[in-house]
Amino acid sequence: MGVKIGIPRSLFYYRFAPFWEMFFAALGAEIVFSDPTNKRILDDGVKSCVDEACLPIKLFCGHVLNLKDRVDYILVPRLTSISKNEYICPEFGGLPDMIRHTLKGLPKLIDTEVNMRKSARGGLKAAVEIGAMLGAGRRRTTEAFRLAAQDFRKDSFYTEFKKTVMKNGNLDQAEALKAEAILSAVGQKSENRPQMECQKGENRPRPKGQKSENCPHGVCRKRLRVGVIGHPYTVYDRYISMDLLRKLTDHGVEFRTIESVDEADINRHASRLAKPMFWNHGRMAYGAALHMAESGEVDGFICLSSFGCGIDSFVNDLIERHVRRRFGIPLITMTIDEHSGEAGFNTRLEAFLDMLQWRRQNEGHISASG
Amino acid sequence: MKVTFPHLGNTYICVKSILDDIGIDYIIPPFNNKRALELGTRYSPEMVCLPLKINIGNYIQAYEMGADTIIMAGGCGPCRFGYYSQLHREILKDAGFEMEVITLEGTDIKDLVSKIRRVVPGGSELMRLPSILLRAVEIAKRADGIEMLAFRTRARECERGTTDRIYNGFREKALVTKGTRNILKLLDETEARLKAVRLDPNADPLRVGIVGEIYTGIEHFASFDIQHRLGRLGVEADRKVTVSNWIIEHMIKKPLRLPRDMAFAKAAKPWLGAMIGGHARETVGNTAIYAMSGYDGVIQIFPFSCMPEIVAESLLPSVERDLGIPVLTLIIDEMTGEAGYMTRVEAFIDMLEKRRENREKQRENVTSKTGESGTYKKGRLVSWN
Repeated sequence: MGVKIGIPRSLFYYRFAPFWEMFFAALGAEIVFSDPTNKRILDDGVKSCVDEACLPIKLFCGHVLNLKDRVDYILVPRLTSISKNEYICPEFGGLPDMIRHTLKGLPKLIDTEVNMRKSARGGLKAAVEIGAMLGAGRRRTTEAFRLAAQDFRKDSFYTEFKKTVMKNGNLDQAEALKAEAILSAVGQKSENRPQMECQKGENRPRPKGQKSENCPHGVCRKRLRVGVIGHPYTVYDRYISMDLLRKLTDHGVEFRTIESVDEADINRHASRLAKPMFWNHGRMAYGAALHMAESGEVDGFICLSSFGCGIDSFVNDLIERHVRRRFGIPLITMTIDEHSGEAGFNTRLEAFLDMLQWRRQNEGHISASG
Repeated sequence: MKVTFPHLGNTYICVKSILDDIGIDYIIPPFNNKRALELGTRYSPEMVCLPLKINIGNYIQAYEMGADTIIMAGGCGPCRFGYYSQLHREILKDAGFEMEVITLEGTDIKDLVSKIRRVVPGGSELMRLPSILLRAVEIAKRADGIEMLAFRTRARECERGTTDRIYNGFREKALVTKGTRNILKLLDETEARLKAVRLDPNADPLRVGIVGEIYTGIEHFASFDIQHRLGRLGVEADRKVTVSNWIIEHMIKKPLRLPRDMAFAKAAKPWLGAMIGGHARETVGNTAIYAMSGYDGVIQIFPFSCMPEIVAESLLPSVERDLGIPVLTLIIDEMTGEAGYMTRVEAFIDMLEKRRENREKQRENVTSKTGESGTYKKGRLVSWN
């Protein structure tokens, strides 16, 4: 076919990039990713997009502009829903319309609606539509979809994700190894992780000075570990997340993200909500955070949120209330937008990490002077 | 058990009359006011949308008056409103106000019936419920009718303030009138009085359509009373999104799978191709409908960070350009200052007046071929000479 399809390195690139890559490759199309986020892309996006939109949407505009002169099609699907009975976000649903009416001189948009709210077959339906748009027959598209879906099974999700995004995408080659090393420790699936054997009392950070050799499974761990809660497209975008994950590594702090928690664990916690959450990210974030808190895996939470994100405003608040009420684990909300200054961000981050460290050292210490 | 519910325009009239008929003890929170907003802002998370904050204010004020149970509508997304009641419960719990939140939503009929049973005391009242609800729908419809009638008369009345007097009097009286039947009588009375207001036969007011998010559109307090102020400026406002419309379309027709009035969806199609939650499609569609039915302008109102309306906002410039209708977007939160806001509205209205004058001049030019002229394309002024 030889058409060039541009995929903006933004929003659900961070979830579906391997899938899309495989799918379009099987259809014989060439794929062009936009450049990793930089100041120019952000500025272009902020300038062209409506002021009130959240940062990721503005950034998406920037990525589309980055692609527009070098491809035949740009992938801007209308992602209404990617899971049963759940939506993503109103702004995702209206994204193709927003892009078409705010940016001028674009190539053709692949703006097929993906709606899997009622049935998972919605995914295949959307794929067939996209195939038809590119001139591929139903059979060929279905085959391509199968192929891509096979590789994108739930259990391979995180590994795939790690490989594509962390290595080729946002963390560059030199840092990739370092990131790989951290992630291989963090991202292990729970079934591969040795069963917890230690007593309940030990299931928490080891006090300073105590040896850890007799705890082989990393539960009684030496280093601080924080849970980073946020949309994949803010957490993994090195530019707009102010390189949070890297900074944590530099501070010698391990991290866990929503993607490192098993779907089953997420659902177990999410189902305890009085009313099921109807946002995909909402369920994942809530379930993952509560799982991290309950299993004692983390010493603190960092909620990375973009200014004006409607879903975060509800979900992060709910997480904060429940984590505080039930587990008493510290939590900080870091809000980012196009005006955020890195120095202020760093100061807050460092203060939070210091606090976690002190909390660990002094926990159980009762001052003799009262 | 003392029941309370949040304010939304004239919804209280409808809800209270139902509660009267069934015989449930209830407390209507004071009409939305500054203190409600302050209380709401104090206890709610910073980034949630304005209606949630005002709701919390309503509940706390009702709590102070002795209420202990909240009745609230629900939904299933993707707009945040669907999750309001859950967050309300959490906020009130953490803030130390012990109140039960009962969400009435049509997603699960069994669940809905059990919830109603919890509120409704005996069996006989349950039997009467259908007829009471029918009358309540009628009340919602009529109350909205009265509001629309007031929009019309306010812009045309000879003696300024007559409409406001009747309308505000009606809202006060509705607070003390008991039961659906008496409320219906009150509605008849008010309608007759509004129809009797002496109108200026030569009045030709500007016509402005109000679109946007439902709460800020309907609730006078949240929009700084914009619709009444427009009326006082001699502008006739109109709004298609109403409570009765919401009840009929979403709470009756949708669960029963009856065909719904989708004119707005059809009109929105060229700009917004799908349902994305909230009232985004209504906003875009109704703007197009107003443009095509000869309105002078459209004002979009929504609370800060409202996701569906942000999408609509980004599409409205295209509608504006394609159909030639001026649109003003007003975004409201607890920090919005009234004066700055009214300046913008007045400037917009001045612009609309000027625009109409120019158009009339232009029409004269076309017919008489004298005086100032410009370049025209299909009867529209493209540039001045």
